[in-house]
Amino acid sequence: MKLSARRIGAIFRKELREFRHNGSIVVTMAVLPLIFVIPPLIALLELSSSGAGGLLNGDPLAYLLGIPALVPATVAAYSVVGERQQGTLEPVLTTPIRREEFLLGKALAAFIPSLFISYSVFGLFLACIALFAHPAVASAAFQVPDLIAQVLFTPLIAGWAIWLGMAISTRVSEIRVAQQLGVLASVPSAVVTAFIAYDVIQITPRLVVFFAVLLLVLDVVGYRFVSALFDRERLMTGARS
Amino acid sequence: MTAVPLSGGSGVPALTVEHLSKRFGDRLAFEDVSFEVGRGEVFGFLGPNGAGKTTTVRTLGTLIAPSSGTATVAGIPLLPENGVDIRRRIAIMPESPGLYLRLSVRENLECFADLYEASNSKDRIEFALHAVNLADRANDACGTLSKGLRQRVALARALLGDPEVLFLDEPTAGLDPVAARDVHELIDELRKRGVTIFLTTHRLEEAERLCDRVAILNSTLRTIGRPDELRERLFSKTLTVRTLVPLADAGNVFAGLPGAGAWRQDIAATYVLDVTDATVAAPAVTRALVAAGADVLSISESQHSLEDVYLQLIDEDREAGRT
Repeated sequence: MKLSARRIGAIFRKELREFRHNGSIVVTMAVLPLIFVIPPLIALLELSSSGAGGLLNGDPLAYLLGIPALVPATVAAYSVVGERQQGTLEPVLTTPIRREEFLLGKALAAFIPSLFISYSVFGLFLACIALFAHPAVASAAFQVPDLIAQVLFTPLIAGWAIWLGMAISTRVSEIRVAQQLGVLASVPSAVVTAFIAYDVIQITPRLVVFFAVLLLVLDVVGYRFVSALFDRERLMTGARS
Repeated sequence: MTAVPLSGGSGVPALTVEHLSKRFGDRLAFEDVSFEVGRGEVFGFLGPNGAGKTTTVRTLGTLIAPSSGTATVAGIPLLPENGVDIRRRIAIMPESPGLYLRLSVRENLECFADLYEASNSKDRIEFALHAVNLADRANDACGTLSKGLRQRVALARALLGDPEVLFLDEPTAGLDPVAARDVHELIDELRKRGVTIFLTTHRLEEAERLCDRVAILNSTLRTIGRPDELRERLFSKTLTVRTLVPLADAGNVFAGLPGAGAWRQDIAATYVLDVTDATVAAPAVTRALVAAGADVLSISESQHSLEDVYLQLIDEDREAGRT
């Protein structure tokens, strides 16, 4: 099966245009991580040099990996059921588009902004620490393995959150239900990152590799699972084909 | 009902449907539907609400799978693996326009031009905009357009893929007469360009004016043919004669006239004659009335509309408990 980059691009561009015309989507995507980042930022800024040693036992930056889990959840949960409720899904499905192309276009449109927001917030967080935290705290917080983990895990976690949200979106019939379930489904990922941040789960290089492979597998399985769930007939009529 | 062969058109039919049925669990949408639509034909698909018209369109458009039966669409067998190929050759305009309301008309069309992988998409979009007289509103957000204009955008969208078969599901529903006339003119234009049009509508005068043939569906296919054929099939031809005063011996006047058969007195001085050929019967009736010294007010041929045909069939179904 050959997928069309042009059709995937059509859905992707259409989504970005809708985001641009609908400020509330962008605001929701951006405000949530800002709220999320304030508590650890305040905690680190208030930390004295004597408390910096404690940071070496935990992974404060891992807390920020909750952002790529939460940011795309709402958009992904809206992706299919939103079009269905607006009546825009049927015209799209009457074109030669394959379900995989539709889903990839939608997923990319949630993925790219999520990545941009997650990395931007992370950069902002680091800048604030570098500028305003005690130098000892800053040097304790900036651990190279944590920075690499942040760069590596952000897209993997965002991908998983997106497929989870889209799976919900293909099955439910109401936007509100989809968005509530989407946010709820992203909570376990956020909780795991919080556990790592607060040293409840002690991270080791082996565990990092394990989580990375697990997320990669989940992303691939998620894509295939959502593709299988996407049933044109059920989406059109509410009845299974 | 077996497939009705086309009287017109040439080559492979645009649509061939044989014993097609669709059930959703215990609920029947349509059953044992068979027909052919020739290339370049405007084919009307009529029926009451819930008759299965939209489900038929969705089935032929590969959105839903048939429960049984076979079909070819634009020459391609209706099979799950052929969905993309079929959808490349057709376009469906659903009853609800389904536009992205925050996007402009042009942005909507750009998205769909890419979905159809239209070559030279800019020209194609300009063509579609001009075809529906919307070039001057191209940069307006669809949400700011009236219902009629949105319908036109949906029609423009359906033209982007240069379809061989165009399914129009209630294209004039909710439109004012001027907007509906514009849609009719566009359908005429498309017919001239050789596009096959499958038109579902409730507007019987619209079907009568636009369609080469019509089918009436009420879960099963009730009838199919040219509008004039259907009228002849269901209603006998009659002449209605009105005179100033009742005829003294009507039986004698109307007896043995060429092209005329049985007659009845409708109201006081009005007579209805069954005729086989009005062009033969009308002059003979006129001569007989003049010879009898009658003061003739009018002689007119009965005019049954497609609406009469439709109502007759649907009423028969109601009486038979089929609806």
